[in-house]
Amino acid sequence: MAKPKALILSGYGINCEEETAYAFQKYGANPEIVHVNDLIDGLKKFEDYQILAIPGGFAYGDDTGAGKAMANRIANNLREAVLKFVQKDKLAIGICNGFQVLTALGLAPALDDQYGERQSGLMANDNNRYTCRWVHLKTGSKKCVWTKGVERLYIPIAHGEGYFYMPEEKVKELQTNDQVVFTYTKEDGSPAGGEYPYNPNGSILDIAGICDGSGRVLGLMPHPERHLFFHNHPDFTLLKEKYLREDEALPQEGEGGKVFKNAVNYFSG
Amino acid sequence: MSAFRLEVRNTVKDSRGKTRLNRLKADGYKVEAVWTADLYTINKEFSPDEKEKIGIMLTNPIFEVFSVDKLTAPQDFDYVIETGFLPGVTDNVGHTAREGIEDLLHVKFDTPNENVHSSVITYLKGGLSREDVQVIAESLVNPLIQRINVKSKEAFEKDGMEIVVPKVSISEKSGADEVNLDISDEALIKLGKLGIENEDGTRRGPLALRLSYLKVIQDYFKKEGRKPTDVEIESIAQTWSEHCKHTIFRDPMDEIKDGIYKHYIKAATNKIRQDKGDKDFCVSVFTDNSGGIVFDEDHIITDKAETHNSPSALDPFGGAVTGIVGVNRDTLGFGMGAKPIINRYGYCFGNPQDKTPLYRGKDKTNKALTPRQIMDGVVLGVNAGGNQSGIPCPQGWAYFEDRYRGKPLVFVGTIGLMPNEINGKPSWEKGAKSGDKIVNIGGYVGMDGIHGATFSSEALDTGSPVTAVQIGDPITQKKLSDAIAKEARDKGLYNSITDNGAGGISCSVAEMAKECGGCEVELEKVKTKYANLSPWQIWISESQERMTLAVPPEKLDQFMDLMKRRGVEAYTMGTFTDSGRCKVTFHGETVMDLDMEFLHEGLPREQQHTTYTRPKHKVPDFECPKNLSETLKKMLARNNLCSYEYISIQYDHEVQASSCIKPLHGKGRVNGPASVTVPLLGKRRGIVASQGINPRYSDLDTYHMAACAIDTAIRNAVSVGGNIDHMALMDNFCWCSSNEAERLGQLKEAARACYEVTTAMGTPFISGKDSMFNDFSGFDENGNPVKISVPPTLLVSSIGVIEDVNHCQTMDNKLAGDLLYIIGETKNELGGSEYFHMHDKIGATVPEVDTKLALDRYKRFYKACQKDLMSSTASVSLGGLGIALSKMAIAGRLGMEIDLRKVPAIDVKRDDYLLFSESQMRFTVTVDPNKKADFEKRMPDAKLIGKVRDDQKFVITGLGGKTIIDASVSDLETSYKKTFKDY
Repeated sequence: MAKPKALILSGYGINCEEETAYAFQKYGANPEIVHVNDLIDGLKKFEDYQILAIPGGFAYGDDTGAGKAMANRIANNLREAVLKFVQKDKLAIGICNGFQVLTALGLAPALDDQYGERQSGLMANDNNRYTCRWVHLKTGSKKCVWTKGVERLYIPIAHGEGYFYMPEEKVKELQTNDQVVFTYTKEDGSPAGGEYPYNPNGSILDIAGICDGSGRVLGLMPHPERHLFFHNHPDFTLLKEKYLREDEALPQEGEGGKVFKNAVNYFSG
Repeated sequence: MSAFRLEVRNTVKDSRGKTRLNRLKADGYKVEAVWTADLYTINKEFSPDEKEKIGIMLTNPIFEVFSVDKLTAPQDFDYVIETGFLPGVTDNVGHTAREGIEDLLHVKFDTPNENVHSSVITYLKGGLSREDVQVIAESLVNPLIQRINVKSKEAFEKDGMEIVVPKVSISEKSGADEVNLDISDEALIKLGKLGIENEDGTRRGPLALRLSYLKVIQDYFKKEGRKPTDVEIESIAQTWSEHCKHTIFRDPMDEIKDGIYKHYIKAATNKIRQDKGDKDFCVSVFTDNSGGIVFDEDHIITDKAETHNSPSALDPFGGAVTGIVGVNRDTLGFGMGAKPIINRYGYCFGNPQDKTPLYRGKDKTNKALTPRQIMDGVVLGVNAGGNQSGIPCPQGWAYFEDRYRGKPLVFVGTIGLMPNEINGKPSWEKGAKSGDKIVNIGGYVGMDGIHGATFSSEALDTGSPVTAVQIGDPITQKKLSDAIAKEARDKGLYNSITDNGAGGISCSVAEMAKECGGCEVELEKVKTKYANLSPWQIWISESQERMTLAVPPEKLDQFMDLMKRRGVEAYTMGTFTDSGRCKVTFHGETVMDLDMEFLHEGLPREQQHTTYTRPKHKVPDFECPKNLSETLKKMLARNNLCSYEYISIQYDHEVQASSCIKPLHGKGRVNGPASVTVPLLGKRRGIVASQGINPRYSDLDTYHMAACAIDTAIRNAVSVGGNIDHMALMDNFCWCSSNEAERLGQLKEAARACYEVTTAMGTPFISGKDSMFNDFSGFDENGNPVKISVPPTLLVSSIGVIEDVNHCQTMDNKLAGDLLYIIGETKNELGGSEYFHMHDKIGATVPEVDTKLALDRYKRFYKACQKDLMSSTASVSLGGLGIALSKMAIAGRLGMEIDLRKVPAIDVKRDDYLLFSESQMRFTVTVDPNKKADFEKRMPDAKLIGKVRDDQKFVITGLGGKTIIDASVSDLETSYKKTFKDY
């Protein structure tokens, strides 16, 4: 089986493309960083890839609202191509700023198969301030391809606009359809219940990530690509002491890698 | 032309309004509600249908609505404030909106005549007077760059809010002016201080040229047989500025004929490199925009720290944004261009609780910003600049002291990474060739930042130019940064690159022209933000986010094409030559034609004379407090010792996925002394970065101040697992009144310490920067003149390499039962300490550094780390032993018991002195009891003083054998975190 090709979008202030590409490569994909303008100019084509990743960053400096200007750039020039991509048997992920772009483009949640219709959005954090810290997540969705076998994740957020919002009746539909993929929890796994810092931005129902109806398109605010190694863990020095005293070898990997591995497995399984 | 206005507002949750409401309430206003909305003023003809489309594009319909040419005021409000930008100020939101509209409707704005301008409207309800609202409005903006429009509800309902299009209009003016230098010495001095005289008798702003310099310039033009142009005088002033040439460090000083930079700083590095022989890890030092050292076989890392003090004093947010984004360009401008991988910061502010007003003008005019305003702006500026650039910021600090309230110090640094070979050539080497095109990339040129270099070479006073303020646009730079470091560099599309920083293209082009021997610039080709700038303004403007490259003609098309496809503005503005002349034309007229040698080497050296009388202060006579638990809590809550987590978490320290030791240690989240980064994903080789600063020691002795700053930087790095054998340093001197012999005497002693301590430790300086006039001259609220000078301040930053980050350690107590050790003796060295400062005392004995002892200890400590012998490690620094131990307990959320009788001490008879002396070269560590023997064998200077408890009690037995401190860890944590809790 050939390695799945992953298109890692870049340009205009996206800034997590290198580590996102690394994560896909580490777990067996064949990633390529592609500038959005090279897609618009026709130098690169969506159809040549199996995975689309819109990485984190600060596209257009979040000016006019996070993700908005990049989504407009794509919508104005590549709308049909990207809608076609997500409706095929392919995978897409939007992380942080990429999630903001993804929702603005209507690639997820796409309730009632309305791909391209904006149904949710990410507002300014409750404290109205950019915040970087590690969060505990619980996975909820059984249909999401990206989280097979993942129950909990400990990975960082870094954003100013991460408050996930949908009108109330629509959120219910999201839950009913098993499209809530990640929720923020306390350290012991119990729901954050909107409480800072466990829910770091005020998101409704502690939602940190969602998927489309097919489970192939994932959007999330936290960054799985930032916890690929043991030494990324904020408490790795404490964990190290425990391993040393148990005379156990130190682990190599971090928790975030599973998400990328699942994507690669989807094509080899 | 009719501009129209678009309003976008959040209908679900107005977080900005809520934040403003909370802040105003905290400031004591009787505000009941605040609503905000975004406004776009669009100065271009569009049909109603197009306006609708634009509205849809700028709105997220899930939680926002828009309206065209109609403001949606809330039902019940009392006042309304609109805040927008002044003409000519970079408006990033407006810029992005404009690009979006162009993309959406396939139109092109004819800028600057057609444009999009953003503003914010704020409605207030509550028991507020008109005066209150005016004050509130002023607090929302910086008057140097922003405008406000305040209205009562009645006025608003009657007239609405006028549409304002901020447009720059400069009357047309042709070419360059001649400057007459055949004038009296007195007139020359005035010229140097106030600048070239305009026709109407006003002056253009400081040249900061000394009389001796102007005499040399006079002579030069006599020989040339003509009068200089204003372009030439301005250009020389930039190139010869203290800011660019570091004249004070170059000048002969007393018996040191080669100047203190060569004699002490550079000489130290040369000696260390020689001593290290084939273990020398320096690659490029002092010659480029950053310094570079070996990282691994295939990579080098670079380091640079800048200060942005004067701009931050006037416009904290803009000054800080342009500071951090500017120092990123020192990375991109190193060699063929390194990729920025770590940002760091350091702030010296006045105490934010201090509200005493200061004025630049007499009679309460030209009010200076308060320390809190400066702090808020600066912290947010580095947030915006650093986060938007996608560079992790894992390390930094904030230091507070009264004497920084006139002028803050804002240190920003960037570490870069690059392969050591690019296209078969050493990556750190570069050189423009004669015939190469001079290409500028990035932003356009405006009046912003004019006289930045010369202005920062002077003290801040009434005449400080407002155009010196610069506005940052991080995304413009991010685009060019990616296009260079990730694409053009490896394609070999240019021969040389440098940053446009101080002095703008006048410095960058002239500097690069040295590589080939000359240049010819056509100034009219420089793209400007608005029409009718004078040639001298274009030449020296410090408009941000620009870099200059030397592109060979055969690669020009390819280079330009790449920039266009990456959304990066690029244009040629001349040719590099080997004529030996720096020639500039403007629409065909020669406005500058200077000998390269004169321009770069012509500035005369001036003999500097120094004096230094070390002040004598009395030994304080207060008694040891009875309740030391309370004293400890008071210490932990001090501005300089408490948590600044609120800064750490608003700077992304996880981006690039390279984060290892982070800004906060342990579950208790205590600010750490150093960071560790793994820049190459998949490897475990790490970069250790730390800093050291002890300004108050200058009140006793600047030699020891500098020695302690160096030791602190090194010790902090060693404490997390750093290796002193692969560690380099940077110096940032921030001095004051450097035209006074006594201040220069203090400087000379600090420089001598730099030589002696670094050569003994084997840690070379690889780059540095100085800022010599950090003084504020103004008036207090009674109109009395005040001068506030910063204490002589030296920031030392360290950068080091370790092989395996898994051997790193943090300060948090890990497991109950671990043994607690102190390494190093505590002396009666409380002079300049936080503890004495809390008692309004200076003290007599400043901490000193024994370099031989320190070096041996740090090497052994590193080996102990390599063997994982210590389970937690802390550097004992500001606040002393009591603070270091408390932080270990808070970070690990585990109590301790400590016996002060076991602490090795020389001549310390008091519990409080033992707890709070700031003796250098000390660590506190915990050790797994099973590793006791091995640890003690390797660290014979470690003394067992206690252990980690399995509960939350923090108990200290004093010298008299009684319990002197009995506190709970959570109480200590509360004290540690309460000071900036709501910031």
